[in-house]
Amino acid sequence: MKVKYFAWVRERVGKAEETIEPPATVRTVEELIAWLSGQSEAYAYAFEKPKVIRAAIDHAHVRSDAMIAGAREIAFFPPMTGG
Amino acid sequence: MTSPVCPVAIRIQEDDFDIACEIAALTGGRTDIGAVVSFSGICRADEDSAKIAALTLEHYPGMAEEEIQRHVDEATSRWPLNGVTVIHRVGRFMPGQNIVLVLTASQHRQAAFQAAEFLMDYLKTSAPFWKKEESATGTGWVEAQARDDEAAARWTRS
Repeated sequence: MKVKYFAWVRERVGKAEETIEPPATVRTVEELIAWLSGQSEAYAYAFEKPKVIRAAIDHAHVRSDAMIAGAREIAFFPPMTGG
Repeated sequence: MTSPVCPVAIRIQEDDFDIACEIAALTGGRTDIGAVVSFSGICRADEDSAKIAALTLEHYPGMAEEEIQRHVDEATSRWPLNGVTVIHRVGRFMPGQNIVLVLTASQHRQAAFQAAEFLMDYLKTSAPFWKKEESATGTGWVEAQARDDEAAARWTRS
C-alpha cells in the first residue's frame, strides 16, 4: 500500500511517500503506526506521540482503530491548521 | 418550491485571488441572490507576540479538494444557498497576503452568514492543510488550536 506523510510527520520520516508491505498481523492504523515505529529511528521520532497523529485512508479521516485491509493509500499527518 | 441553483467552485491554487472578481463571477447575471457573505483569511505579521516573516502552506492534494467538497455539500444541505466559492492558497506567503476565501450566496443573509462560518470552522479543523511559520527565532509548524475544534463542534448535529 502507498503511505503518504505531511507537514512535520513528513519531515521527521524524511520522505513524502513510499510503498510498504506490512505483515498480515498489522491490521489497524494503530498497529501500522507501531510497526512503522519499529522500522527505524526516523519513524519512531515521527510517531513518538501516536495520539497526536491523524490518519486518512483513501482520502477519508479515520480513527486509530480503523482497519487497513484494502486501503490503497494511507496518510499520516499532524492536526490540520489551514484556513 | 424548486431548490435554488447553487454553483460551487472549489480551488486550491498558488495564485492570489481577487475578492471582487470572485463575487462578480458568483452573482453576475443573477437576480435570485439577496446576500453574499465573503470571508478572507490573511497572513498576519504576529502570532502570540512573535513576529512572523512568512507562512508556508502545505496541503494533501486530492484529499483537500474532496474534504472541502464534502463540507460544501453539507452546507448546501443545511442552508438554502445559491452559490459557494472556496479558494485556498498554498505556497509561501508574506504578512498581508491572502490565504483563503469563502463566499456564500443566498436569498437572505442569515443562511449566507451561517454557511460561511460553518465552512471556515471545518476548513480549519478538517481540511488537510498545514501552516509553517518563519520568524526571527526560526521556523516551526503551527499547532492546532483547541478553540478551533470547539468552534467546529458547535455545528455537530445530534
